[in-house]
Amino acid sequence: MAMTMSQKILAAHAGLDEVKVGQLIEVDLDQVLGNDITTPVAIKEFDKAGFESVYDREKINIVLDHFVPNKDIKAAEQSAACRKFANRFNIKNFFDVGKMGIEHALLPELGIVTSGDCVIGADSHTCTYGALGAFSTGVGSTDMAYGMATGQAWFKVPAAIKVLLKGKLNEMVSGKDVILHLIGKIGVDGALYESLEFCGEGVASLSMDDRLCICNMAIEAGAKNGIFPVDEVTLAYLQDRAQRSPKIYEADEDAEYVQTIEIDLSALEPTVSYPHLPENTHLAKDSNAISIDQVVIGSCTNGRIEDMEAAYKVLKGKEVAPNVRVIIIPATMQIYKECIKRGYTEAFIDAGCVVSTPTCGPCLGGYMGILAQGERCISTTNRNFVGRMGHTSSEVYLASPYTAAASALTGYITDPREGK
Amino acid sequence: MENVQGKVFKFKDNVDTDVIIPARYLNTPDANELALHCMEDIDPNFVAEVQKNDIIIAGWNFGCGSSREHAPLAIKTAGVGCVIAKSFARIFYRNAINIGMPILECEEAADQIQAGDIVHVDFQTGLITDLTQNKSWQAQPFPEFIQKIIDAGGLMASVREKKQ
Repeated sequence: MAMTMSQKILAAHAGLDEVKVGQLIEVDLDQVLGNDITTPVAIKEFDKAGFESVYDREKINIVLDHFVPNKDIKAAEQSAACRKFANRFNIKNFFDVGKMGIEHALLPELGIVTSGDCVIGADSHTCTYGALGAFSTGVGSTDMAYGMATGQAWFKVPAAIKVLLKGKLNEMVSGKDVILHLIGKIGVDGALYESLEFCGEGVASLSMDDRLCICNMAIEAGAKNGIFPVDEVTLAYLQDRAQRSPKIYEADEDAEYVQTIEIDLSALEPTVSYPHLPENTHLAKDSNAISIDQVVIGSCTNGRIEDMEAAYKVLKGKEVAPNVRVIIIPATMQIYKECIKRGYTEAFIDAGCVVSTPTCGPCLGGYMGILAQGERCISTTNRNFVGRMGHTSSEVYLASPYTAAASALTGYITDPREGK
Repeated sequence: MENVQGKVFKFKDNVDTDVIIPARYLNTPDANELALHCMEDIDPNFVAEVQKNDIIIAGWNFGCGSSREHAPLAIKTAGVGCVIAKSFARIFYRNAINIGMPILECEEAADQIQAGDIVHVDFQTGLITDLTQNKSWQAQPFPEFIQKIIDAGGLMASVREKKQ
């Protein structure tokens, strides 16, 4: 029977020759992941069930990234609980302050995830690693606990939507615009329980940072996972980085898809999702009437080096608009250092921005940029739900780093191609 | 699984995990503390009004967004006996089962049941009965293996039972 790429990876990890849509399977996991918010709940479950060992200390990843450096006493207790658990089981991939980064930027950067892997993470944006040609999906803390103890997880084999990419992105249009456009087209539950499988000649022109951003937001369409085929861009990225050899799976030519969506990359324009759902998409050029109080550039969606480069290109030698706070957060320490080396950090500070060490902080309204009543923020993050970044009457507009940076200079939502 | 009967709290489509339990309260894994803030950003009176075995009715894609298990945990600990929605976001669906929080999908029931109605849910048959309107709807009951997980009080509790 013909299978999609996701189905092939699942079948291989379930020790089966083939799987069918809807089939319940148990798979062996290559990596299990949790953060400082979800891991403490997993530890409680792990202990409650009476487990006294982990399945493999080298395949468990605990990344402190949401509320660190600790934002308050309770957050500090959560970090302490993670640290204690990591020490107890000698967890190899435990990333504390100084070594940490935003989990979904950090794991690919360090080559912990590779093509063909089957990965679960107690964080919804674990779907990011599909960019590397892995099956990767977000789960809850109990699944994480079960995964840490047994190395396994159960899944219902998903159907898939084929996203056929054509053409090439224009200048100042990025992966973020691709995924916002797609979510606008199919809605926040448009891919519910399904895989989003990206393919077509347009794939080759997309950088790894673009692909990571696109897969990162697959969950925002309700998808179980997003996935890209493995090509030269993938292998070049993994070279000197992957800790295990990549395994390449390809969808069968006659694999069945529930639908095919075509996207002409060359026709895309800078896109913005208005409050309070990522599907509420508009073009940046039609959004000039919306003034902003804050700009956030960072997160697991857009905190990578190309995102920093995009912000730098726009902000270099300029000054942010009066009354606009601009917060830039490189996603890992490596990216943070690279920003310093390349002179981005100095340019950001000269432009009037603050530059933070890695944290998820403002994206989920944790800390480092909470919004007051009625305030508006344009942000490169992934969700714009009610109260997501602060007060329930505040508003978040989702956009690319180019669009967010261009808006920082004017004080209202701005198409980055306007100021050129 | 024990059947439940209670008063209905009704919500719309796309109720996300950020309004079920805002991230500003995620600095604790304590279920009792989380339950104090359940639904706070969408219905500030919810926690004060909800009674044991009350029922949440909602539209499409309930529980979308974050993977935080704190969301079904807050709902369960607040006393809710069942969530009935037109559909559930997949991580929420999984988490609800894993922590032993009963949920059912039923489009018609979600459309017709009104806030404040008294509703009875039979988990063995999937029968949803609105005692206020004197109407019933049939939802797909959970398969046996999932009923067992919920009965045990969640996935880990069922793993513990198996081990013993």
